[in-house]
Amino acid sequence: MAKKMRQLAIYGKGGIGKSTTTQNTVAGLASLGKKVMIIGCDPKADSTRLMLHAKAQETVMDKVRELGTVEDLELEDVLRSGYGDVKCVESGGPEPGVGCAGRGVITAINFLEEEGAYTPDLDFVFYDVLGDVVCGGFAMPIRENKAQEIYIVVSGEMMAMYAANNICKGIVKYASSGSVRLGGLICNSRNTDKEAELIEALAAKLGTQMIHFVPRDNQVQRAELRRMTVIEYSPDHPQADEYRELARKISENEMLVVPTPLTMDELEDLLLEFGIIEEDDEEIIGKAESA
Amino acid sequence: MENENTAVKAPLEGIEKQATEELIDKTLELYPEKARKKRAPHMSANDPGVEGCTVKSNRKTVPGVMSARGCAYAGAKGVVWGPIRDMTHISHGPVGCGYYSWGTRRNLVEGHQGVDVFSAMQFTSDFQEKDVVYGGDKKLAKICTEVRELFPLAKGISVLSECPVGLIGDDINAVAKKSSSDLGIPVIPCNCEGFRGVSQSLGHHISNDSIRDYVIGTYEFKDEPTDYDIALIGDYNIGGDAWASKKILEELGLNVKAIWTGDGQIEHIAATHQVKLNLIHCYRSMNYMAKVMEERYGIPWMEFNFFGPTKIAASLRAIAARFDQKIQDNAEKIIEKYTPMMQAVIDEYRPRLEGKRALLFVGGLRPRHTIGAYEDLGLEIVGTGYEFAHNDDYDRTYEEMAKGTLIFDDASEIELETWAKEYKVDLVGSGVKEKYVFQKAGIPFRQMHSWDYSGPYHGYDGFPIFARDIDMAINSPTWGLVKAPF
Repeated sequence: MAKKMRQLAIYGKGGIGKSTTTQNTVAGLASLGKKVMIIGCDPKADSTRLMLHAKAQETVMDKVRELGTVEDLELEDVLRSGYGDVKCVESGGPEPGVGCAGRGVITAINFLEEEGAYTPDLDFVFYDVLGDVVCGGFAMPIRENKAQEIYIVVSGEMMAMYAANNICKGIVKYASSGSVRLGGLICNSRNTDKEAELIEALAAKLGTQMIHFVPRDNQVQRAELRRMTVIEYSPDHPQADEYRELARKISENEMLVVPTPLTMDELEDLLLEFGIIEEDDEEIIGKAESA
Repeated sequence: MENENTAVKAPLEGIEKQATEELIDKTLELYPEKARKKRAPHMSANDPGVEGCTVKSNRKTVPGVMSARGCAYAGAKGVVWGPIRDMTHISHGPVGCGYYSWGTRRNLVEGHQGVDVFSAMQFTSDFQEKDVVYGGDKKLAKICTEVRELFPLAKGISVLSECPVGLIGDDINAVAKKSSSDLGIPVIPCNCEGFRGVSQSLGHHISNDSIRDYVIGTYEFKDEPTDYDIALIGDYNIGGDAWASKKILEELGLNVKAIWTGDGQIEHIAATHQVKLNLIHCYRSMNYMAKVMEERYGIPWMEFNFFGPTKIAASLRAIAARFDQKIQDNAEKIIEKYTPMMQAVIDEYRPRLEGKRALLFVGGLRPRHTIGAYEDLGLEIVGTGYEFAHNDDYDRTYEEMAKGTLIFDDASEIELETWAKEYKVDLVGSGVKEKYVFQKAGIPFRQMHSWDYSGPYHGYDGFPIFARDIDMAINSPTWGLVKAPF
């Protein structure tokens, strides 16, 4: 029987550590002997630098701009092989404030499909997607026949959890018209209070799981300074074990759900419960300090 | 007459490779340096003996020059989907694309509007600001439902994306899938946003891919299959062309089970995987599906040419050779029957047209396919070019043209004007955008996309009409009566 390629999309609030977590997890999968492709879906194009030891990979849209049309582009122009034979592609896109970054993602993924980048030997394809699903273009990776599993990177900070909940709303929409499911929350620790318990509780309310708690460790930054994953930089370090464990859990994960996003009130109740926010004092709302 | 087809073309008097190359240089001098460098590879003096493609094609138009090209949406709506008569076609996006592509091609149909034909109608999602901001997918689903309620006899719906849909990322594929299952008819998504690709050609390709993914193999013909079942691929029935071709093929003893897509019926197209041979008229727009059907279902395909008696006879024999003796005998009978009629046409018009020179600039097939019909009437084609052809079209063109003639790609207005003037042509055959440029210059012109509201030009039915039209254009006394007021 031909093995089935699993396609995964990683979402989460901007700056939460999606690209770092994705690349370290992929390095973990590669060290388990899995064949993986990473598709960076972010105009910043920083989804593959740790795999390639590069500042920035030349992106699909860079080449399109140079050649004039996507039809003139060849797969080998934009597909690089990194650590552990991981295939790396960056969609790329415009600098902030101009053009349409979402279309860049659509163009890049269409191009990869047409040019046969999704080879049958692949076990996993990871889409590392820009922070928020701001337009249809950034939902491209979770359309039908693309990623079936989504993992959300989150931390115990309030805004990260808001973002995770919002992403779940998007997943519900796409789950109703396709087969995309939520695979779990990845907690990328910021050392906030009762962080693991809080994310466990959020996961439970969303109907999913916290698939792994990745502790904060400066070894990640030390590896990044050399543009490497922890797994490549220091394979025997305990942090490398954490990413290998996350890789193993994702590899074996069978808990795929349509999430049940929280209302704003429910989310605030949860944050109150864990002391992240305090009960509003209606008396002081709208009053200046001097009043 | 039949033997002319085999050998290298006889040279045309006064047409030399070197002179044509000089003309090309002279033309390119009209451009600033950057544009000159870009345009140079797109024109060449023909030399069929030289290996490889000598004219560069399927590249982005040079900014600033007048191009006659369309867009991917135009290729999808106007060429491939529009002629399918028993479906409704939704232009998904702002109203303009749908409105201005409404009824602009002369792909004739049979039947009753609103019953088994819907081609006189125009459906659009008429995007507003809010649809761009909030997405147009819900609106699209609603339109599909309304179309189904209003026109319950329509056998399918195509959804053709306009530019904004590709930017906001409306997932028309998901809507089509759900609507299809909710409504019980095929709803076919086609991601043919106009900004994709360099010309309408990519729209043809994308449409072929939609047929591959959503249509072919989804229906079976009711009749028992026979060994003579064929499909006519890439004939859009301009001015009734497909009917003229079908008539000959039926006289030959073949069953034309489906026409792609002129006067087209979606169920017939969907069941084409059952035919024994695909005959390709327009290679450029439909070769993709011919190849898919060959790979997936083992159906062989061949190109043919029904323009003018010489090419018709050669094609009839080549088609018949794929079948048994009965069909081969029929081919000879047909040729024998029609040759005197066609000869009478030639005898009437050729004396007035002998040695007249024509310059052609059409889409993706006619610049090579119509040459034989002109030659049957004694005309000489001094230059020919395509709007949106690819290398494999040019490979099929060199041998159809005499050595030293001009072959070109995606020509601009200034280039065409220069060549028409230098060659002192008696006729230009091109599109509506070129028509008035040449008519104002006093050069006879025929609009060769729509047959200038005439046709058919295919088959034995078409040749007498073609001959009459060419004669009418070239020998009209009108030009002699026009006096310039200055």
